[in-house]
Amino acid sequence: MGEAEAEAGRRAATEARDRLRFEEDALEFADQVYRVARRLVSSREEAEDLVQDTYARAFRSWRSFTAGTNMRAWLLRILTNLNLDRGRKVQRTPDLEPLEEGDYYLANKLAASDGEQVLEHDRVVERLSQDGIVSALSELPHDFRDVVVLVDIGEFSYADAAQILDVPIGTVMSRLHRGRRILKHKLADESLS
Amino acid sequence: MSADDPCEKCEQMLQPFLDRELSAVEVVEAEEHLNACEYCRRRYRFEESLRRYVRLTASERMPPGLLDKINQLRGQPEVI
Repeated sequence: MGEAEAEAGRRAATEARDRLRFEEDALEFADQVYRVARRLVSSREEAEDLVQDTYARAFRSWRSFTAGTNMRAWLLRILTNLNLDRGRKVQRTPDLEPLEEGDYYLANKLAASDGEQVLEHDRVVERLSQDGIVSALSELPHDFRDVVVLVDIGEFSYADAAQILDVPIGTVMSRLHRGRRILKHKLADESLS
Repeated sequence: MSADDPCEKCEQMLQPFLDRELSAVEVVEAEEHLNACEYCRRRYRFEESLRRYVRLTASERMPPGLLDKINQLRGQPEVI
């Protein structure tokens, strides 16, 4: 075997090993990727499909991942793009008129109905219905929901969320802020009325 | 309502504080106020448990079998 052939063989072996390692690393994130996907679409089946499409694409384009960067964010970027490509219903982002109620809205409501002391109890949040939380999330305008899900469920930083969604960090902050307020408003209306 | 109201300022810092996105200086500022103000302290505490509760409630584990399906997607021809 010639030197050039041997070199090519060694390179192919290294690449095959790199690819295997990439796949193993990516698989480690499957559960975390699914948890985010599940809240971005309306059914479990859709979430499974979306995650499989994401991995199919990720495995095929593994070379475009830069080793040492955030692989979970890279996977989520593929996923959110695919979700858009699937023709997610186009929604106009509602105008950002200020929402009167501040960030203390839900806490204030609870305190007003049960007294300040109620806020001292860790279990006070358990009064909110779990189904109510899931449906309130699903009813958020899509642009807001993407950010809230990435940060609150996926535990991504503002910078990662900005990169995943390809929007400026200021947009992440304003959507997050407003999305959470809408969420709290819905929870207050539903659980405390 | 004015920006000079320390509780209002504290309310504005609530979200980035819990997201760990405040600068060190801002964290100190928020903590100083929280140490002195029971009203805000209770609300921060509430918000923290709310975050945990939402995360726990809305986080659904991957269904069994999905990992196997993903595994079968390995080794497909590459996109260069």
